Amino acid sequence: MPDLSIDTELARTILTGFIKTEITRSGFSRTVLGLSGGIDSALACYLAAEALGPENVLAIRMPYKTSSKDSLEHAQLIIDDLGVQSLTVPITDMVDPLIERFPDMENRRKGNIMARQRMIILFDQSEAFKGLVLGTGNKTEILLGYSTLYGDSACAINPIGDLYKAQVRELSKAIGVPQALLDKAPSADLWIGQTDEQELGFTYEEADRLLYLLIDQRYKPEECIEAGFAENFVKAVIQRVRKNQFKRVLPPIAKLSNRTMGYDFLYLRDWGT
Amino acid sequence: MKLNLALAQINTVLGDVNRNLEKHLTLIKEARNKGADLIIFPELSLTGYILQDLVPTVALHPDDSDPVFNQLLEASRAIDIMVGFVEEDSRNRFYIACAYLSDGKVLHVHHKVYLPTYGLFDEGRFFAAGDGVNAFDTRFGRVGMLICEDFWHASLPYVLWLDGADLFLFASASPGRGLPHTNNGCEPGKLDSARWVDEINRAYAGLFTSFVVHTNRVGYEDGLNFWGGASAYNPDGEPIIQGPQHQEALVMTELDLNQLHRTRVRLPLLRDEKSSLVLKEITRINQKHNA
Repeated sequence: MPDLSIDTELARTILTGFIKTEITRSGFSRTVLGLSGGIDSALACYLAAEALGPENVLAIRMPYKTSSKDSLEHAQLIIDDLGVQSLTVPITDMVDPLIERFPDMENRRKGNIMARQRMIILFDQSEAFKGLVLGTGNKTEILLGYSTLYGDSACAINPIGDLYKAQVRELSKAIGVPQALLDKAPSADLWIGQTDEQELGFTYEEADRLLYLLIDQRYKPEECIEAGFAENFVKAVIQRVRKNQFKRVLPPIAKLSNRTMGYDFLYLRDWGT
Repeated sequence: MKLNLALAQINTVLGDVNRNLEKHLTLIKEARNKGADLIIFPELSLTGYILQDLVPTVALHPDDSDPVFNQLLEASRAIDIMVGFVEEDSRNRFYIACAYLSDGKVLHVHHKVYLPTYGLFDEGRFFAAGDGVNAFDTRFGRVGMLICEDFWHASLPYVLWLDGADLFLFASASPGRGLPHTNNGCEPGKLDSARWVDEINRAYAGLFTSFVVHTNRVGYEDGLNFWGGASAYNPDGEPIIQGPQHQEALVMTELDLNQLHRTRVRLPLLRDEKSSLVLKEITRINQKHNA
């Protein structure tokens, strides 16, 4: 079985350094993030508070009327533990008018609307608070495409996007995220009773182990099956990773000239800072 | 003879040669005040690393008509300097280069030969590969200079060793990667790439019974981190010093060059090296490949 353990101290050093450097080089000293009550945004919040100082972090809780009470309470636990600045901005009255306009809207569309509304609030508060938006997506969900394009995936920088869910858990534990958040089932909380693992059809634990072999270790599908993963599972995950590549790249611009963005106009984001 | 070294594991500003030059001049003064004979800067220390389309805008010429090198050459009257930069040659090819400056003169310029162009690396897209490698004489003895990927291949340190290098000066801008697993007993606090580089540099020192000195930069460029960890190894293959991981530092250390004599008396690998045999076999193998 693949070893997903990590040197948490080293990860913490590198990630806090990353947050501090990338935010300050853009001329800012503060950050804004959505605090869902889940473990990923909790970890991002702890890292941000350590990197920039809690007074420079604005954690925003953005519940919908069906959000679990737990998530609000757990987010408050983080806010109290760290002493970061906070805001609660319910999104119910912002999204319900749009949802009601299309009465046969399925849950998925509603969920995406909520995720994008949260993005709007974060980017607006980014300007009000003068801090960059911190991303909270982990490697497992980014690979599987388990996020809303221009919704929860939208951010200025993402410190935890190279950590698998299991590694997020290990680092969260090491950094002091409260046990209640470590224990609960991951959920996007976009409708009552939703859990990530029900939606995906497999557990994060299984996905992490397979993705680590497939992606990090570059195993062929046959080698993964040989390592003990079910063929259908391997095929389903590979398909899912491939089909969600569009969520991980900029939209292609059709090339006509000799110098086109995305092809031969090549500069780091840091060049702009 | 003792050689006092300053390993400048510094952060740099991407694309801003003048700001980086200021930092170089400040550290050169500091190193000199601390008694250093030689200060070593990382790969592309004057420019930053992921330059991409910035390459043509930061290129320099290593001679005193160049306004940047003019100042470095002046500073080299008091202390020897190894510095990283982009060179544009007379036919507009760009190289990842390092220059050794001493007493107002450029003693040697090396163009990076092995340009990693795989995974996260894209050097071959923007740079020409160097077409040679030579040891050169300094007041401390004969030196071999290499840049990052150059010493990830055993071939270049080996050639420099045969060309007389007793002191290897390696400069890197090495992005950190490979978070170690805590469950398998690896040294904590070091990324896998740091551990790998340290292991091979230590091996070179022991295999070539020479001094190996390595300086790497720190800081971040977009999501890439640079791990620092400057180091030096003696001809017995023993570590002399290691700078901190992921922190800017001016690491000071002293090399006792007399160790070369003591080690090579005990272990005359250099004396017994059969370079003609090596040449004969490589020639044979190349001919076989080309046939």
